[in-house]
Amino acid sequence: MDANGTKLLEVRNLRVEFPSRRGTLVAVDDVSFDIAPGEVLGVVGESGAGKSMTGAAIIGLLEPPGRIAGGEILLDGQRIDNLPYEKMRRVRGRQIGAIFQDPLTALNPLYTIGRQLVETIVTHLDMGERAARDRAIQLLQDVGIPAAERRIDHYPHQFSGGMRQRVVIALALSANPRLIVADEPTTALDVSIQAQIITLIKRLCREHGTAVMLVTHDMGVIAETADRVAVMYAGRIAEIGPVRDVVRRARHPYTEGLMGSIPKIGETVGRLTQIDGAMPRLDAIPRGCAFNPRCARAFGRCRIDRPDPMDVDGARVACWLYGEGR
Amino acid sequence: MIAFVIRRLLQAVLVMMAVGFVGFSLFAYVGDPVAIMLGQDFTEESRRQLVHELGLDQPFFVQYVHFLLNAAQGNFGISYRLARPVSELLLERMPATLELSLCAAAIALAVGVPMGVYTGLKRDTWLSRLLLTVSLVGVSLPTFLIGILLILVFSVVLGWLPSFGRGTTVAVGWWTTGFLTESGVRALILPSITLALFQMTLIMRLVRSEMLEVLRTDYIKFARARGLSDRAINFGHALKNTLVPVITITGLQLGGIIAFAIVTETVFQWPGMGFLFIQSVSAADIPVMAAYLVLIAFFFVLINLVVDLLYYAVDPRLRVDRTAAGGHGH
Repeated sequence: MDANGTKLLEVRNLRVEFPSRRGTLVAVDDVSFDIAPGEVLGVVGESGAGKSMTGAAIIGLLEPPGRIAGGEILLDGQRIDNLPYEKMRRVRGRQIGAIFQDPLTALNPLYTIGRQLVETIVTHLDMGERAARDRAIQLLQDVGIPAAERRIDHYPHQFSGGMRQRVVIALALSANPRLIVADEPTTALDVSIQAQIITLIKRLCREHGTAVMLVTHDMGVIAETADRVAVMYAGRIAEIGPVRDVVRRARHPYTEGLMGSIPKIGETVGRLTQIDGAMPRLDAIPRGCAFNPRCARAFGRCRIDRPDPMDVDGARVACWLYGEGR
Repeated sequence: MIAFVIRRLLQAVLVMMAVGFVGFSLFAYVGDPVAIMLGQDFTEESRRQLVHELGLDQPFFVQYVHFLLNAAQGNFGISYRLARPVSELLLERMPATLELSLCAAAIALAVGVPMGVYTGLKRDTWLSRLLLTVSLVGVSLPTFLIGILLILVFSVVLGWLPSFGRGTTVAVGWWTTGFLTESGVRALILPSITLALFQMTLIMRLVRSEMLEVLRTDYIKFARARGLSDRAINFGHALKNTLVPVITITGLQLGGIIAFAIVTETVFQWPGMGFLFIQSVSAADIPVMAAYLVLIAFFFVLINLVVDLLYYAVDPRLRVDRTAAGGHGH
């Protein structure tokens, strides 16, 4: 939360369920967090931790049969999780933009990038085709596409992966949304391009005052980019707090393990630590704290009660180590 | 692009020569035209004279080259049965077949594509399920049975539409058309529906499965995330991406429609090429059969060429534009 406490996005006790033949799977369970205007919130976790689901729930594009089963999502204090389809459609793109993982498949191969930009702009902003095209060229220049006036009439296959991700970013920003949900925006890219794209997202969002929910499994990206970070494990938030705190003095044993698995420059470490075991499957989440079977510091209560995030000097940690009665 | 067209044209010539060979082989191996033309009473002298006139005493290869050269000029000889030039016979009947086939293709597309889109978008409505079930009937019922059933219902029982023939036609140059008279249009309805039904269900099922496929893609999800309207997503983005396979199948099917109009034409006594072909088969009228074979092959080759060119129009990835492709690797 920023200093004066204004919130752009509030997620309250969000629960996402997937009804399946063998019972209901809970992909996101009782997740709460806020994003302030212009803030970058990193969301990390292993595959299946529920981070992408949380992002999808916010932009209202959960894949059926997935659905929001509880909690609420508020944008500027207005609930958006229960909006009718047509109203939510106007929020998407206009208020909340999205950046997808794979730029090679996110663009329609049959239309020029210009057409795709113009249709997005015209859909949301009160602009004619001509003005929209000018804006599109401007956006392409902003995201660093050289010779934008010429390139605007090219098709997606005529761009490299990194360039296509820049186009995707331009599309996400085309109606000046207040929040961008970026789901693994660099995972599909070459390492050399990743840093460029991250820098670009960060710069553009600062310039436009756009908040970002940056979903990734790359702790390095988070450390460089985010203001705050939420660590997710088995559908819940394990720890959320300012990025410095979480990276330097991780409090949740899981976060500690995550940090220990990142090589650090200037430190001689014999072996990187690894967390034994694997994240439980959604249909086999253990009783108590979901992390307890892998946790070296687990004690009796961890195996019985599920911890909710509790305040621990500025951060919130879901761990009984910080609970009362310890 | 031009190199591509030239390459395809050369391939087309090869295909036509091969088909020409098959067509020509009919002369050598199917029946004995001389015996058919002479009938019961003939002398050895008149037989030999006819063999010579028909060029049947020349070596096989010479006959083949003759056949090809003549065929290339549209000359397929004289019909044994009707004693008229084959090209004339076919030209006379071509309008009937082409009008029927194009009508059938238009119906198949105009009905099949929207039904496919609908069943793809609204998978779980009762109408979708009904359409899918009915389409199974369309795929599995043989054409002649559908034709006969339609005749029974609409001609015999209800008496709304004619059961055979083309009605009154109007000559426009050498082309005779049934589109300009009421009886011509009425006569066209039942046969075109009969011919269209199978293709229609095929196209519907194809469009449906392609739509389902495309709707799962990332670019459709991204289009939704951009807040585009459903209309723009479904028809602008999704439908266009289903078109390449639909064009392929429709193109191939159009050739099939023309070729398999035989059955429909026979059921409805439609004075087209297919009907002529069936009559020629029963009379072992080999020049007509050979010419029909070559002509149908020509239609297939032509349609395939057009289909390939349409790909270029629809899918920019196939336009190998060297200058623009230079943009790679930025």
